[in-house]
Amino acid sequence: MGKHVLVIEDEPNIIEAISFILSRDGWRVDSHSNGHDAVEVVLAKAPDLVILDVMLPGRSGYEILTDLRARPETARLPVLMLTARGQSKDRELAERLGASRFMTKPFSNADVLEALRELVPA
Amino acid sequence: MPQGQLTGTRIRERRGRQGMRQADLAARVGISASYLNLIEHNKRRIGGKVLVAIAAELGVEPAQLTEGAEAALIAALREARAAHSGAGAEAERAEELAGRFPGWAEVLARSHRRAATLERTVETLTDRLTHDPHLAAALHEVLSTVTAIRSTAAILADTREIEPEWRDRFQRNINEDAGRLAESAQALVTYLDRAGEAGDGEAAAPQEELDAFLAELGWHVPALEGGQADIEALIAAAGTLKSAPARALARSWLERYADEAALLPARALAEWCAANPPDPGRVAREFGVPVPVAMRRIASLPADGPAGRIGMVSCDASGTLTYRKPVDGFAVPRFGAACPLWPLFAALGQPMVPLRQAVRQAARDGGRFLCYALALPQGDVDFDAPPVLEAHMLIVPQAGAADTAAAPAREVGVSCRICPRGACAARREPSILADGF
Repeated sequence: MGKHVLVIEDEPNIIEAISFILSRDGWRVDSHSNGHDAVEVVLAKAPDLVILDVMLPGRSGYEILTDLRARPETARLPVLMLTARGQSKDRELAERLGASRFMTKPFSNADVLEALRELVPA
Repeated sequence: MPQGQLTGTRIRERRGRQGMRQADLAARVGISASYLNLIEHNKRRIGGKVLVAIAAELGVEPAQLTEGAEAALIAALREARAAHSGAGAEAERAEELAGRFPGWAEVLARSHRRAATLERTVETLTDRLTHDPHLAAALHEVLSTVTAIRSTAAILADTREIEPEWRDRFQRNINEDAGRLAESAQALVTYLDRAGEAGDGEAAAPQEELDAFLAELGWHVPALEGGQADIEALIAAAGTLKSAPARALARSWLERYADEAALLPARALAEWCAANPPDPGRVAREFGVPVPVAMRRIASLPADGPAGRIGMVSCDASGTLTYRKPVDGFAVPRFGAACPLWPLFAALGQPMVPLRQAVRQAARDGGRFLCYALALPQGDVDFDAPPVLEAHMLIVPQAGAADTAAAPAREVGVSCRICPRGACAARREPSILADGF
């Protein structure tokens, strides 16, 4: 069984594309599409890594990340943040809140795969 | 030097422009050259026949020599000085500058006006880029769709062996996303085009369309004061209300206006304000209406009436501004949060407690304003539900701002992003005015 990744993203076709790529690369993929209960879903599914969009319905990715870092069970969980905004202040905010990696949309499939392999070595 | 004492300077300026020698002018009006010299250096007062004769020789009205054409210019110079109070410009020499060097004074005044216009444009655009939720959402939509297309297209291009059902699915996704992208891009272009068409970069989002509509009306709708106006006709005739959400906002605003005009007619309120200060607490008692109604009715009186131009803002419990009527000298942000030092927000922290506070906005020469603020629960209070608060603030310009007997005005800002106050405990983010982009 491969490593487990949870994709929290509200765009269904991005979820589908990422799921396909990662599945082909040997990852077990789960997805979730709103911010309201994202933290509870992370706790329940206990993935090896989370791909987290910043702009989500209900709660922002930054708030979710803050919550994850405040909990001992997810304080060190690798989190790859995805955002449509690539300003340095967004990157700085993500880093300050504890994001493991920050990637701006549109990204390439190869970049996502490379980032995940670095964050969670096989 | 008082303005009336600059008559000599103006005579010298006019004579010089016409290439006339001092001795020649003196001879023509029957005075000695040395006496004219004293007049031209403002060392002798001039009036009566000599003034009329000199004016006739110079081809101007006497009043143009005694009063000058530069009153507006002097006022502009004083504004420029107030905006740069640390530069050490001598207040008492503004008239002399306008009188002796009118061309240069005009350059200075125009530069000041241009800088003020540009500052307002920067404020508007920065406000929009930083806080405009419509623009942010539209860009997010476009970039997310592009991301989906890029990832899916790369899968189809790079994956050698792909099951037919997956291939069909991804092709369908790309087709759907391409359609969405076209729509999103078109909506974004329309949005930006409309912002550009507004000329000064103002109307665009529904709230902005409403603000532009109300500004056109002057927040006063005579047709609704009589209670017989057709609200739909007013909306249909408004060129500024381009979107359905903006028309819905305008409909709510006008319906409430009509209801409140029936409770407190503008004519009766204007008569009352002619004899009393526009104190919303007193108006509420006098006319038996809730304080927020009194505030909105005072703010909707015509600007040329006895109460003058009065501003008003309201916010919900999150601090989001839900009603904004700016007034000259007291700017109100279009998007995002306002300055937390406004009495409006102090009222939110003390529901049901009326607050009255004199304020002035930092780095603006807009003078002093008396703010009346009050937070009240919206609707009926229920034992089983938390009260939903709404705060209101009436902003009344105080003439005679230099009145030293008045209590000092608290300095407040517009919003952190464009506020020059350096040391402020309430600051949320750096100011572009102090720190740049």
